[in-house]
Amino acid sequence: MTKEERLKKRYRAEKRFQMYGLISVSCALIFVLILVQNIFSKGSSAFSRTMIEVQVNFDSNLLELDGPVTQTSLKDAEFYDLAVESLLKIYPSKDTKEERQVLRLFSPDYEYEIKDYLVKNPNKINQIVPVKITASDDIDQLNKGNFPRDLPEDRRRVSNYQLNIYDNLVEEGKIDKKFNNYFFSKGDSRDPELAGIGGSLMGSFFTIIICLALSFPIAIMASIYLEEFAPKNKITEFIEININNLAAVPSIVYGLLGLGILLSVMEFPRSTPLVAGITLSLMTLPRIIIPCRASLKAVPPSIREAALSVGASKFQTVFHHVVPLAMPGTLSGTIIGLAQALGETAPLILIGMVAFVVDIPSTPVDPSASLPVQVYLWSEQAERGFVEKTSATIMMLLGFLIVMNFIAVYLRQKFEKKWN
Amino acid sequence: MNSLIAGVILILCLSSYFFGRSEARKLVTKNIKLKALPAYYGYYLSLWCGLPALIIFGCWSLFEPTIIKILILNNFPLIESKDLFYEQTLSFFNGNFSGDITNEIKAASIQYANIENIAQNSKILIIAAALVGSLTFAYKKIKQNNKARDDVEIILKILLFTSSLVAILTTLGIIISLLFESLKFFSTINIFDFLFGTSWSPQRAFVRDASAITPEELLELQDAFGSVPLFAGTGFIALIAMCVAVPIGLFSGIYLAEYASTKVRKYSKPIIEILAGIPTVVYGFFAALTVGPFFRTLGESLGLTVSSESALAAGLIMGIMIIPYISSLSDDVINSVPQSLREGSYAIGATKSETIKKVVIPAALPGIIGSILLAVSRAIGETMIVVMAAGLAANLTINPLESTTTITTQIVMILVGDQEFDSPKTQAAFALGLTLFIATLFLNYIALRVVKKYREKYD
Repeated sequence: MTKEERLKKRYRAEKRFQMYGLISVSCALIFVLILVQNIFSKGSSAFSRTMIEVQVNFDSNLLELDGPVTQTSLKDAEFYDLAVESLLKIYPSKDTKEERQVLRLFSPDYEYEIKDYLVKNPNKINQIVPVKITASDDIDQLNKGNFPRDLPEDRRRVSNYQLNIYDNLVEEGKIDKKFNNYFFSKGDSRDPELAGIGGSLMGSFFTIIICLALSFPIAIMASIYLEEFAPKNKITEFIEININNLAAVPSIVYGLLGLGILLSVMEFPRSTPLVAGITLSLMTLPRIIIPCRASLKAVPPSIREAALSVGASKFQTVFHHVVPLAMPGTLSGTIIGLAQALGETAPLILIGMVAFVVDIPSTPVDPSASLPVQVYLWSEQAERGFVEKTSATIMMLLGFLIVMNFIAVYLRQKFEKKWN
Repeated sequence: MNSLIAGVILILCLSSYFFGRSEARKLVTKNIKLKALPAYYGYYLSLWCGLPALIIFGCWSLFEPTIIKILILNNFPLIESKDLFYEQTLSFFNGNFSGDITNEIKAASIQYANIENIAQNSKILIIAAALVGSLTFAYKKIKQNNKARDDVEIILKILLFTSSLVAILTTLGIIISLLFESLKFFSTINIFDFLFGTSWSPQRAFVRDASAITPEELLELQDAFGSVPLFAGTGFIALIAMCVAVPIGLFSGIYLAEYASTKVRKYSKPIIEILAGIPTVVYGFFAALTVGPFFRTLGESLGLTVSSESALAAGLIMGIMIIPYISSLSDDVINSVPQSLREGSYAIGATKSETIKKVVIPAALPGIIGSILLAVSRAIGETMIVVMAAGLAANLTINPLESTTTITTQIVMILVGDQEFDSPKTQAAFALGLTLFIATLFLNYIALRVVKKYREKYD
């Protein structure tokens, strides 16, 4: 091999090596894209829901109202008969089997939706009014184009009969899409079209607030102690080793801690944001202490020396000068730590937050789910409607994480001083 | 009631701050030179007012329910299921009990009312006494013009120190909770059966009464908790993950540190790090619903039988999750290799890739190995991806297309849903947790040692 050939070979190797690097970076980037695209394409349809327009005859005889029509009497009235009669009229049939199929076009809550409409518009009594009723999940998915229509009937969730009615309704322009407010306002449900993240949103909110309230002050105090006051001795070293190790302990172990100590020894209420918040704050604590210490360390010694030289005590130096200067760093570290806690699932599963909770929690000691746990719970469900709901929940979760991380980056860039 | 007490304490704290400050200012008018700023006398009084009372209040509220329970149950030694009985008593006392009301429950709830009443009253008395006592003590001190600032700073320092002790307490809590249940587990199951047994089927481990296990049941139990398949599955999935993460992560790290322009680096590094910030449940969902079925259809078209919960899908996604851990850390260590080493290599005519391969990587090797070890410990402790995408059956297999299970999956599966706390099955989850804890601790310890050694070399 001549000199030139060897040189060429070496240059080719150089190009190849650089190529490997480029390919690796693009692999990672492409994967981010695929993941985001996949979630968005599956989830975006969950933000609308299909409505079917029905002519409802608000016949007061069917409501069996005694006395005058008032808000309270309407609220207590039984709407089932009225609702069924009106719904069946969209495709009249004498066969009970077929009638059942017609009713199954609507979400099981049709009765309450009609009731809500009349309670809101009590003057419509004894009139025939068009009301939009939420469609069942099968029709919803059909309308969004997620169900292939050309499958044989026994492999489809929508029967030929229902498909026929659906096509009729589409022709009459009675099928409509509207913004899915149920997704944000309702709790969990067995029916995908009625399931929402309202409950888990509140659960996550309480959890994060408790986690913040516990971990932020303790983390700041601990890092001030370790960075500014701790003598260099065995105890300090032991604390530091502990913090570093805790930051790397798998999150599921914290779940076992919560289960073994908080639930079974201290008997805190199961499945509640309170326990979740405490467990997650133990987990986040070391993850906040580490960046807090780093930002305290980044404050140059000259600041401390200047304060000390004009007669400030050690405490005045730290609390009047060092801590305010380190605040942007500590805050952004805390927000990033909380963002991790917000996405954490495994410890919450162990402390029982996987319970099926329909009610929206109003205090931190009510049983509830949280956003990531809701993702886990819905991903186990078979219905296509839940796949879309899960993806949409992930979109919300990612949205919160992105916002939190942006705030953290903004705080650091805007307020952190560069010391040179 | 509790919130009322806490509120009173807090209001007293606040007002004693202003009181202390004004007292100190009065001292000034008497021509006495203060030994600290007036505000410190306020802090001093306020801390003495609040801390003792709050500490007593906290401890009392924490231990009161347990002590009352013990006191009451001592009076009813004949009751069989004590916890249930006590719960029934409580709900009867609160007026929302439905069921058979026995005489014992009635008697116990009367006792509960008495004890509760006494406890409530004595709690208020003791807290009030503590408030008055510590306030008069602190007030006298202020009158004597003590060194308020020094005293306040000592108290604050103790407060700071205690909050740094939380880390030790957490470690202690983890070790106690894991060890306590694990020891109970190992008293029924031989530790060697657990560590070296090859069949894992906790669903067989059904015992009628956990306090009296019959010999037949014990025999059955000993076969049910062999965790070798779990260790193998965990290691196998972690291995697949590392096969994905190490090359991609390492090459990305090298490329970003050595080749990429500042602009490329500025944008692509944060995007890669997004991968580390995405919650693992999202990866789990993606692996279970998209990647798993994709591999199965791909396998079917190639004539292979691929489980839809294959180890390959879980491992691949886990590997992608781990990429940023390796790329960021190796980027950092490569950046901290001194420039003089590279320049020396260029000076004798080496190309950039030769310099990287022969000079930079060997110099950065300890740091890179450290980052890989940290990534391995991430992989074996990762839960949601494997819970959602890997299987539940404990197969001892090295075929990546079959499903296997992991330690974390089994912990979750055992502890989800109804759990009877004293059964060997539940305790097995804690024993698995202990193994996991020790394994990750060991890996982290070595990794941190290696990285530290490396840092010392170039600092």
